[in-house]
Amino acid sequence: MSTPVFLTGRAADAAVALGDDALVLSHRLGEWAGHAPMLEEEVALANIALDLLGQARFLYSLAGDEDELAYLREERAFRNAQLVERPNGDFASTIARQLYFSSYQELLYTELASVDGELAPLAAKAVKEVAYHRDHAVQWTLRLGDGTAESSRRMQAALTDLWRYTGELFDPVEGLPVDTAALREPWLASVSAVVRQATLTLPDGPDRSGWTAGGGRHGIHTEAFGRMIAEMQHLHRAHPGATW
Amino acid sequence: MTTAQATDTVDQQADFDAVVSAEGRIEPRDWMPDAYRATLVRQIAQHAHSEIIGMQPEANWITRAPSLRRKAILMAKVQDEAGHGLYLYGAAETLGVDRGELLDKLHAGRQRYSSIFNYPTLTWADVGAIGWLVDGAAITNQVPLCRCSYGPYARAMVRICKEESFHQRQGYELLHALSHGTPAQHAMAQDAVNRWWWPSLMMFGPPDDESSHSEQSMAWRIKRHSNDELRQRFVDICVPQAESLGLALPDPDLRWNEERGTHDFGEIDWSEFQQVLRGNGPCNEQRLDQRRTAHENGAWVREAAAAHAAKHSGPTSDDAVSGTATGEGAMAG
Repeated sequence: MSTPVFLTGRAADAAVALGDDALVLSHRLGEWAGHAPMLEEEVALANIALDLLGQARFLYSLAGDEDELAYLREERAFRNAQLVERPNGDFASTIARQLYFSSYQELLYTELASVDGELAPLAAKAVKEVAYHRDHAVQWTLRLGDGTAESSRRMQAALTDLWRYTGELFDPVEGLPVDTAALREPWLASVSAVVRQATLTLPDGPDRSGWTAGGGRHGIHTEAFGRMIAEMQHLHRAHPGATW
Repeated sequence: MTTAQATDTVDQQADFDAVVSAEGRIEPRDWMPDAYRATLVRQIAQHAHSEIIGMQPEANWITRAPSLRRKAILMAKVQDEAGHGLYLYGAAETLGVDRGELLDKLHAGRQRYSSIFNYPTLTWADVGAIGWLVDGAAITNQVPLCRCSYGPYARAMVRICKEESFHQRQGYELLHALSHGTPAQHAMAQDAVNRWWWPSLMMFGPPDDESSHSEQSMAWRIKRHSNDELRQRFVDICVPQAESLGLALPDPDLRWNEERGTHDFGEIDWSEFQQVLRGNGPCNEQRLDQRRTAHENGAWVREAAAAHAAKHSGPTSDDAVSGTATGEGAMAG
């Protein structure tokens, strides 16, 4: 990857927003460590979390200091989509979140890699990781959806529960040279193919909820997010100026 | 037993002894004494359990790591530990046991894991102390196992030791950053070393005159050095490292012994060690509870995977879905 160029203005905002998505989801997946249903998933979830953290670090480094961006911004300054900050819930919830988000990220990075811009090199590298993340989510959606009655019920409930956070993914990201709204159709097609094959049904409720709909990109988050970053930032903030 | 069978056993025992004493490797299909097999199962299972229980004290800090670089290092390390658990359960399974059975024994408290993981990680510096001291002690113990007489275990240890020594250096480097940082960071590092030093020395097990399995394990070339020998080696390695860290080791009796060419060190509190082994350490219950809970909460996931596999044995049509999606991704691009 070429030497990072510092971005400014809206291009920097876009890098930070995508970095926030990656950081926050990585953090949530990191919470699984030591709690996964089997050892293979300890490895897989940590692996995905690490990939995402690597993406976040690269994106932040384009806009400024990675630790300042991660540890010294308050809740209202984060621009991640609300979907990635949703608590892990059970394994089905985590997988539904992964399916929705990695399917989006794969389309987004594929598009971004093809647009000549500062984010193209990152997107070209990350899309390979994201394809693996999506495959992992797809395989588990199929196993859970078409597994036992219990797993099918849980997987359906998770897909339905998170559905209302998916609409925001297709809102414009300020400064990003991608028409995110145009990703919605291919996203719907790929997610619905998986859901169908998993013998589940695509939720038909609204894809956004309440007055905070689409809030994450504007710094309006869900209540769970404040606690998440309080935990993430507390040590760094307790020692201002220290290096680690 | 017929005479012929008895003769076979004698021959097999002689062959086994010859391979072991010639520093050869025993492989899964080779004949081995039942007690050798049982000892290995016990030791490898305990080692595997230690890797997976050992994820907990460090995972405790993943969500609070103070920089993104440290967070990435810690996540990678915890991931490696899960991988080590997998190699080791794999090695144990070559001896005819089943991973699920070993996990059940762990959960029932019938097989042990290293006593060290029953201590809590109270500050960020503990992550460094675990890397430097706990992984350092583990490496001192495990490097000789790379030459252990049982092939699958020896080979697993070669891979594990490479990653462990990387972890150990990371831990040292983390502590170095703290001890050379602000006064508060330095104090945090010293406090962590104060709490982890003695438990790390206990990782080598009881003194030689109280170690029940040692003699036989050494004869079988499973173990190469005595507990006290390895513990001494570890102390001698740590003393100069502590000096360059600028941190004190919490032992007033620690001093160089010119005559012996090694360090003298203070008496270990073996009553504490016995208490931790009996389940009365600070985190014994918490560690096992978390393990059991993860396993129980994951039961429906494992059942789903098994049910799905049973329905779709052979190559699944799953590939078709991935293929479709990739096509769409390419189209979107």
